[in-house]
Amino acid sequence: MFFVLVLPLLIGIYYSFTKYNGFTVEGFVRFENYKNLISDTQFLNSLWFTTKFSVVSIILINVIGLALALLVTQKFGKLSTVFRTIFFMPNLIGGIILGFIWQFIFLKAFEGIATLTGLDFFSGWLSTPETGFWGLVILFTWQMSGYIMVIYISFLNNIPEELMEAASIDGANSWQKFWKVKFPMIAPAFTVSLFLTLSNAFKIYDQNMALTNGGPFSQTEMTAMNIYNTAFKVQDMGYAQAKAIIFLIIIALISIIQLYITRRRETDL
Amino acid sequence: MKRAKRKNIIILGIIGVLISLLWIYPFYLVFINSIKTKGEIFRNTLNWPEDLTLENYPKAFTELDFVQSFSNSVFITVISILVLVFCSSMAAYALSRNKSKLSSVIYFSLAISMLIPFQSIMIPLISIFGKVDMLNRTGLIIMYLGLGSAMAIFLYYGALRGISTSLDEAAIIDGANRFQIFRYIIFPMLKPTTVTVIVLNAIWFWNDYLLPSLVINKEGMYTIPLKTFYFFGEYSKQWHLALAALIIAIIPIIIVYMFLQKYIIKGISDGATK
Repeated sequence: MFFVLVLPLLIGIYYSFTKYNGFTVEGFVRFENYKNLISDTQFLNSLWFTTKFSVVSIILINVIGLALALLVTQKFGKLSTVFRTIFFMPNLIGGIILGFIWQFIFLKAFEGIATLTGLDFFSGWLSTPETGFWGLVILFTWQMSGYIMVIYISFLNNIPEELMEAASIDGANSWQKFWKVKFPMIAPAFTVSLFLTLSNAFKIYDQNMALTNGGPFSQTEMTAMNIYNTAFKVQDMGYAQAKAIIFLIIIALISIIQLYITRRRETDL
Repeated sequence: MKRAKRKNIIILGIIGVLISLLWIYPFYLVFINSIKTKGEIFRNTLNWPEDLTLENYPKAFTELDFVQSFSNSVFITVISILVLVFCSSMAAYALSRNKSKLSSVIYFSLAISMLIPFQSIMIPLISIFGKVDMLNRTGLIIMYLGLGSAMAIFLYYGALRGISTSLDEAAIIDGANRFQIFRYIIFPMLKPTTVTVIVLNAIWFWNDYLLPSLVINKEGMYTIPLKTFYFFGEYSKQWHLALAALIIAIIPIIIVYMFLQKYIIKGISDGATK
């Protein structure tokens, strides 16, 4: 742990104040790397793109994940297991392979749908920043919803049967039962799910690389990828490290704030 | 009332089936196109192949160097998991049974360290391991241990808090030493946590691309994700081969999933509720 996490982190903070090309530290530049960041539009764009991507996919994943969980927990018997198995499946496959699968879907299958139906909507996917953005959102939502579904299911199954029966006797319809009974009971699931989706969405790299590789013209390049490219393609490691430190601070801050807010809401409910 | 309820279930069931089909449709499309000829993929992407061919598979199989990359992936994943489970369960046990100021400091720093994104330690990590000549499989396994142990210890520690120390004391009276207590009494009781740790980390190690690409980027050591990536780069315009390669890369995961899905899903949901 010390050699893999703590030491690299400390050295990393040091590197972020230097000019470093990967082999030798060429000089101590103090805050220059950080100053350059403020005017680095490519980096700022990647941060903005990542934030947009995270917000949209977090909402979609949690809404769809919860909806799937509610569906799967209906009394279908064996069919419930089949549904659960299918929805969860994309999670087991790595981002690289998923990214390539969807690259095929967006480039070839969508083109096929476009010629079949004559709808322009389906042609030219991944060739513009907008379709690249939605492509990534669709891929990530498809991948993560099943995972979040499993979490919601485990919380839904923990709701005592008597509670639901009592609500039925009191004449509550399904809608009321959901909002008044189930929803407050699964509040802790939101804390976990938001935490997981948030950190995964912000740190996404494999999918980004395999699906769009930042294209067109780096406009779908996310922060993780921007850091990687600065480090290993441009070979400007000190500068990349400064970006990485900012990235760390952003993620830590957002996660702590999120945990704080959802924990407090949990106790309110 | 009862009748209306039945009708609702049927409608919901149909919706479920439709969504499931939508969910696996990408896999289906990849599959049907992997058994088409190169030309047909361009003409006819959406339908079942007109002239079905299996020729893409042997080619993709050899180009992917599948036997080699599969065994590399198995090797890395299995060894990393064993090392991780062994070290983190013992570390958590030691932490939970020594109630000092230091152990709560360690526990707190573990929680904090889970927030560190890989990118922020990536560069120094690679340069440190490069300096001591450890950019190889041993190095990779050590990195996985370091990166994975925070969460593993965290999970084990949570489970250990639920195991009363009176068990330890009884065993000490019976003449067992610390290691025996852990090996024969505590570790078996931690089985559900071990399942969670294995599942979460196996999915990660097996599919990881970035770290292996930085550490073991050498001919002969490629794991499946690495090899798939290079393969795809080389054959990006030859969808028939690329898609067959994707299917080959997915098959081992699907097989394992079919046999172990109960444990996998339980592992995930246990991990989240703790």
